[in-house]
Amino acid sequence: MDFELSEEQTMLADSLGRWLDGNYAFERRQALSRSTQGFDEANWSALAELGLLGVNVPAEHDGLGGSPADTYVVMQALGRALVVEPYASTAVVAAGLLARAGTSAQRAEHLPAIVAGERRYALAALEPDARFDLRSVGTTARRSGAGFVLDGRKAVVVDGDSAHWLIVSARTVDAQPNGIALFLVPANAAGVTVRGFPTIDGRRSAEIELNGVTVGADAVIGGLGDGLAWLEWTVDRSIAALCAEAVGAMEKLLDLTVEHLRTRRQFGQPIGKFQSLQHKVADMATAIEQARSTALLAAARVDAEDPIERRRAMSAAKAMAGRSGRFVGQTAVQLHGGMGMTDEYPVGHYFKRLTCIDLTWGNAEHHVALYGALL
Amino acid sequence: MDLTESADERAFRAEVRAFVAKELPDDLRRRVLDFQRVERDDYVLWQRILNARGWGAPGWPAEHGGTGWTAMQRIIFEQECFGAGAPRQMPFGLSMVAPVLMKFGTPAQKAFYLPKILTMEHWWCQGYSEPGAGSDLASLKTRAERDGDHYVLNGQKTWTSFAHYANWFFCLARTTADGKPQEGISFLLVDMATPGLKVRPIRTLDQGADVNEVFLDDVRVPVANLVGTENGGWTIAKYLLGHERANIAGIGMCQRLLRRLKELARTQTSGGKPLIDDVRFRDRLAKLEIDVLSHEWSLMRLISMERAGRSVSTEASILKIRGSEIQQDLGEMLMECAGPYAMPFVPEALLPDAAAETAAGAVLNAVAGQYFDLRKVSIYGGTNEVQKNIVGKALVGL
Repeated sequence: MDFELSEEQTMLADSLGRWLDGNYAFERRQALSRSTQGFDEANWSALAELGLLGVNVPAEHDGLGGSPADTYVVMQALGRALVVEPYASTAVVAAGLLARAGTSAQRAEHLPAIVAGERRYALAALEPDARFDLRSVGTTARRSGAGFVLDGRKAVVVDGDSAHWLIVSARTVDAQPNGIALFLVPANAAGVTVRGFPTIDGRRSAEIELNGVTVGADAVIGGLGDGLAWLEWTVDRSIAALCAEAVGAMEKLLDLTVEHLRTRRQFGQPIGKFQSLQHKVADMATAIEQARSTALLAAARVDAEDPIERRRAMSAAKAMAGRSGRFVGQTAVQLHGGMGMTDEYPVGHYFKRLTCIDLTWGNAEHHVALYGALL
Repeated sequence: MDLTESADERAFRAEVRAFVAKELPDDLRRRVLDFQRVERDDYVLWQRILNARGWGAPGWPAEHGGTGWTAMQRIIFEQECFGAGAPRQMPFGLSMVAPVLMKFGTPAQKAFYLPKILTMEHWWCQGYSEPGAGSDLASLKTRAERDGDHYVLNGQKTWTSFAHYANWFFCLARTTADGKPQEGISFLLVDMATPGLKVRPIRTLDQGADVNEVFLDDVRVPVANLVGTENGGWTIAKYLLGHERANIAGIGMCQRLLRRLKELARTQTSGGKPLIDDVRFRDRLAKLEIDVLSHEWSLMRLISMERAGRSVSTEASILKIRGSEIQQDLGEMLMECAGPYAMPFVPEALLPDAAAETAAGAVLNAVAGQYFDLRKVSIYGGTNEVQKNIVGKALVGL
């Protein structure tokens, strides 16, 4: 095993780092997150120019054909900079799913468009009563002629209001054994209603209604009988990416906290001299260390052939990212004192992003339970 | 990055597993896995079995009779040995005094001592702590005064693990009162048969007595038994503690305890069903297994960083902290498994071939002893609070 970055990964991290240093000052990020769009189209184009939208796209479709470790490197950097562009939904989740499960026609249509920065995607899998359960699907897909008609309601679709295409889980009587299939649906199709909302971390999600939405048979991804397996596979890719993003965000929180402890003076000395605060910093570093290890474990297992081996690793990583993220976020706010409570200071915004990462695709408790069921 | 175990590493793991399965005596395996007492002869027996295979010193370079293994191979070896129920290889000779001799010893010292460590002809113990010098080791008071060709040792050491089994003793003693406390310390090798050296056992919470006090009363040590330079012992002490810390990530122990815990949770019942099916118990067990997984990967990452020539001081301290916390959490869960049967305790029943009656069988009888004994792991090798000082200071940098 070797955890050192390869030459290519170092170049990837360096070029992304340079771009973030030059374009992603915290104040600029805040302004973007308050805009109607929630991010910057110019930044999206820049991510395309850097080649980053193609990390999970095979070379034959203009991508980099990268590994999960490459995605780890990118997501960690995006986490450090608290990037608001909906990168993972398109470049990790949709690209990964379509590259692996898409028909040759789907791959040819969508993958080069992803790499070029022309299309964004969102995974519409959860429903109002489902909480974190991917199998709890009330949305239906009725056969109609050669295609399907979709009806239902999708909840908290992360990045849903800026997506051009939706990947929708729906129940169809034809789909065996679990009755769930995945469909590619244009967000502007007749019968699709998208209501966008800001999320607490300054990003966006959408409540989406599907009323008699007609799609062709070619909208099915991964075959009718394999929808649930592909959905779980896709969500796991998202989880691996989120865990890496969380590591980056936690690292930045530790840096900010250490800087504060060095410069903030009370009782005639820098507060970092106090042992009780030094021990809190050690606790933060320990929590991050654990999350980093399991995030890398997730990267190592996200392509595992054995679904149980994959499930264990992904749930371990997500549970640890959630637990560590909560602890590091809360402690960073505490050690910043009143400053940590202010909206103008970055610390709280990293804490909020970590909170939302925990809540995406199952929080720590949910994943401990999934892991426990496999003991 | 290469996030998979290589084909070589997998083959090595299989080779170690097959060897241990074949060579580890069954009764010893059973006693280790069931938390029963392991005695001097058991440790020596297993060390000699390994040594006969050329695996006596996993951490040594080949030139001194070691395996010359990589750090990753050593971890795999530790995991396989612990997993199969082998007794641990005593670290005091192999991973404490031996690395010191290799780095600071004379050719004569290396030639004399190292082979006897491999065979355990010499059983070493460590004389560092004193009643007044624990975490603040440099405040130690034991004196070594020069008298012709000898040093004369006077003082008291404590928490000396397995001094009652040992025939050799390495210790830190003050050779001058001048200068800073750290500058007056020397590293000496002591034959425990020397007149004036007395060992007294300290009974611990588990009713064992693996640690001892060592009293030094005009103990004459030949000058040839000085390692490195006179007053140069602090450098050696720090070098040795660095080794000890890396070793006590305790991954083999964590994984073995976890496996035993899961086995127990399947056989112990609550409300008529196995404990492992109790959702509250299962959640705690799942969290703990995730901790162990994370810990294992942290260790792999540390090895990778060391190989790349990076400094791993804070990472090693974090690993020590987590390794000890996880072992203690596992000990707590073992207690939870035993329920009320964690209370009755017959220490004599832990001995080999014991005929003593227990309330609920050998394993449950031993569980509480494990729990209490495991409280030591956050204390030895630099307490977890001292480790946090190291990490906090390094990060804050004031």
